[in-house]
Amino acid sequence: MTATSTPLQRSGAPALRFSNVSMVFPDGTHALAETSFDVFPGEFVTVVGPSGCGKSTLLRIASGLNPATSGSVTVDRSSLGYVFQDATLLQWRNVLRNVELMAELEGIPKAERRKRAQAAIDLVGLTGAEGKFPKQLSGGMKMRASLARSLVLDPSVFLFDEPFGAVDEITRERLNDEVISLFQRNGFAGLFITHSISEAVFLSTRVLVMSARPGHIVADFNVPFDYPRSPELRFDPAFAELSGRISHELRGAHS
Amino acid sequence: MSMAAGSGGLGMTPPGTALEMVGPSPRAKRKFELSRFIGPPIVLLVFVAIWQYMHVSGMRKFFDKPGFLLPSPFTVVNESFGHALARDKLLNGVKWTAVVSLIGLSFTIVVGMLLAVIMAQARWAERAFYPYLVALQAVPILAIVPIILSVFGTGLLPRLFVCAMIAFFPIVTNTLFGLQSADVGQHDLFTLRGANRWTRLWKLQVPAALPAVFTGFRISAGLSVIGAIVGEQFFRGGSKPGIGIVMESYRQKAIYPQVYGGIILGSALGIAFFLIFGWLGRRVVGNWYEASGRS
Ligand SMILES: Nc1ncnc2c1ncn2[C@@H]1O[C@H](COP(=O)(O)OP(=O)(O)OP(=O)(O)O)[C@@H](O)[C@H]1O
Ligand SMILES: [Mg+2]
Repeated sequence: MTATSTPLQRSGAPALRFSNVSMVFPDGTHALAETSFDVFPGEFVTVVGPSGCGKSTLLRIASGLNPATSGSVTVDRSSLGYVFQDATLLQWRNVLRNVELMAELEGIPKAERRKRAQAAIDLVGLTGAEGKFPKQLSGGMKMRASLARSLVLDPSVFLFDEPFGAVDEITRERLNDEVISLFQRNGFAGLFITHSISEAVFLSTRVLVMSARPGHIVADFNVPFDYPRSPELRFDPAFAELSGRISHELRGAHS
Repeated sequence: MSMAAGSGGLGMTPPGTALEMVGPSPRAKRKFELSRFIGPPIVLLVFVAIWQYMHVSGMRKFFDKPGFLLPSPFTVVNESFGHALARDKLLNGVKWTAVVSLIGLSFTIVVGMLLAVIMAQARWAERAFYPYLVALQAVPILAIVPIILSVFGTGLLPRLFVCAMIAFFPIVTNTLFGLQSADVGQHDLFTLRGANRWTRLWKLQVPAALPAVFTGFRISAGLSVIGAIVGEQFFRGGSKPGIGIVMESYRQKAIYPQVYGGIILGSALGIAFFLIFGWLGRRVVGNWYEASGRS
């Protein structure tokens, strides 16, 4: 467990803290081993790691969907956003009513949640598609709706589980821009999972590398680029250099 | 400011490109409509032709039976619906059968769906009820006629009971299947916000179940007609004659055309129910439901 650099902007209490979290599934699968790290408000932390190393499990434990076998997670779950890998929209609700869902479950009055849903829809660029049903949406539009649905509660901690794995490169870059502007605008603490190193570096203030199963953090990279980040950043030599180092760690993690 | 940049990027996506890919092209649609209207009459024509042939010479040739046992389709229509006496008798019969099956079906729907909701609440509840559901499906009506008679006596009730018994299974199994069809990720959403059982039921499981529920309705609607007719056969007294009893009385007098007329009316009733529930289902879930496979 080597921390290769110290993050810059950490202050106060962490928004999300993993302390020695281990996870063994009932069937004996050892998914996480003694994982510890913090995400502070205003930090955007991305986790990369081999497939099956326990990244999704990490988020499920953070959100309370699964309890950890041992160790503890400290987080305010009343204000938690969670974007799943699949859009998981309700087929029988149109975009507006889907985006309203979380607010509805939270018991927010109709007029208020309508207003918030509409604002979130406008923010993710789905204006005009409010009345469409999920079957009428493309993959990218579904992900946007899913993103908007989480935004409605204006979460202070935002979990993303490989949300853009299934969309094409250009759409993914656009959605990345979108996430960055949301991050800058709302200032949440972000924990993002991806398989793409360039996506990780482009979005984050920090990139964590996880080992193969049982997963734990093996490297911690600070990403020094300023926000807002322009698409050209992806071709910056410093960007390539950092990506190279992460890639190297990741290859080590696979073995 | 940076937000504007992001939105600008998104704004470049031509709206509606993905939407136009959804659904069949207009041409495919037109072809489909045409086949829908032309197909059934052609099949009917072939069917009537074979029927007429069987009446004229087929019965004799293949089965060595007289042709009058299978009257010509024209005779059937003429004798059954051409004369006021027979027509009124048959129509009144089918009307009463329709009433009985509708009452039986409504009862079945209410009780069946309630049972399915209970069974969907816990694995053990499902396990506890399922064997009896299968048993109910398997038990021959004939075997329990004496029991039904002793419990309900004569009249409308025993007929309704038989009707409900026959129509029950598909309602319960389809509703249960539907309630369990919401996917794990959707359940996770509700878990995240700490939704209780009722919220989950009303906002997730019930809407997710609707397509399957309507499939159940459609199947059970047809079965309820069969159930009503079967019920009439066993419990004749104490209530008005339905189409089954009317047919039986014609058969006893060896008047065959009206028997076939009754069959036509009985099937028409079943088809009408099937179509009504199919239409209703499309009205309710057609907007959002995407049938898997070709539609
Ligand atoms: N409910 C479960 N029961 C048993 N094993 C599980 C369960 N959920 C996940 N696992 C196992 O735990 C390990 C970690 O799973 P997880 O989904 O967290 O991986 P991941 O890092 O997200 O992988 P990917 O990158 O492919 O999404 C895997 O080996 C998986 O098979
Ligand atoms: Mg995963």
